[in-house]
Amino acid sequence: MMKISITGICILGILTLSVNAEDNIATLRGEEVLKEEGLPPVIPKVLNTDKKRKRNYPMQPPTIPHKIDNYQVDLRTNKCLSCHSRKRTEDSQAPMISVTHYMDRDGNFLADVSPRRYFCSQCHVIQTDTKPIVENDFMDVDDLLKVNSSN
Amino acid sequence: MLEKIKKYWKVIRRPSTFYSLGFLTVGGFLMGIMFWGGFNTVLEFTNTEEFCTGCHEMRENVYQELQDTIHFNNASGVRAKCSDCHVPHNWTDKIARKMQASKEVWGKVFGTISTREKFQNKRRELAEREWVRLKANDSLECRNCHNFDYMDFTRQSKRAAEQHSTALAKGEKTCIDCHKGIAHQLPDMSGVEGWH
Repeated sequence: MMKISITGICILGILTLSVNAEDNIATLRGEEVLKEEGLPPVIPKVLNTDKKRKRNYPMQPPTIPHKIDNYQVDLRTNKCLSCHSRKRTEDSQAPMISVTHYMDRDGNFLADVSPRRYFCSQCHVIQTDTKPIVENDFMDVDDLLKVNSSN
Repeated sequence: MLEKIKKYWKVIRRPSTFYSLGFLTVGGFLMGIMFWGGFNTVLEFTNTEEFCTGCHEMRENVYQELQDTIHFNNASGVRAKCSDCHVPHNWTDKIARKMQASKEVWGKVFGTISTREKFQNKRRELAEREWVRLKANDSLECRNCHNFDYMDFTRQSKRAAEQHSTALAKGEKTCIDCHKGIAHQLPDMSGVEGWH
């Protein structure tokens, strides 16, 4: 009898533990029931401020400070370059894409944008007015140095 | 042949012996209304989206591309259909455009853009035709809805306000000069002014 009750308590304990564990598992689905379709998250607004943002580290590709809805970047044309290419910056007054975009991978300069740098949104992205989905404790190098020197 | 024409001409010139003047005038008037009504109905029908997308050339190429754009799908639900941008509202211009469009029937019959590849290869030529037309009429079809006089620059983005209050206001540029490819995808843009 004693034995049975001990096993019973053990089973109960495992069950409650597993139930608790299930609560703690992070899934992309969240709390949605499997068969039902959940509400999609609200699409946040794209920041369209036209103001340059600080880069978090020197090599960071600058983020895009304006909307790029329906910008066509493909084999036929590149909408971004219609303002940001070397030839167009005088008219558009937009920042020119950096010289690295005119270099092949061996560092030779080309007449036009290098094919490997052609698809802008591979590196450059818009920013939206929303809370980050995951926490980010990135510190830039200056902050790191400050923390290190104070220690 | 000449004999026949002469015979018909004689019949037409001879005064009516059977029908009264009243019947002929009122009847002619009523027939006129029916004819004009019918003509106009057909003309209006050729302006509908069902008509334009009745052929696979339009339905599977340009119509698909339009659906991703702000002119098809937006917050307020106001939208432009094919004829809003591609057919002038003014009667004489409309008739002229409709007569030009008879070439599109030719294209349909001979399959000028019957495949995706053919369409892509011809896209630049087709696009250029529309750019020239909109440039020549000062982007009339855009302005049917977008009236410069009522543009609120303060509600535009900084870049937009800057361009609209200078180049557009002075008439140096018209809508199509900058807003190419807003409703359909662009062709190869090499050599087009204002593109890289």
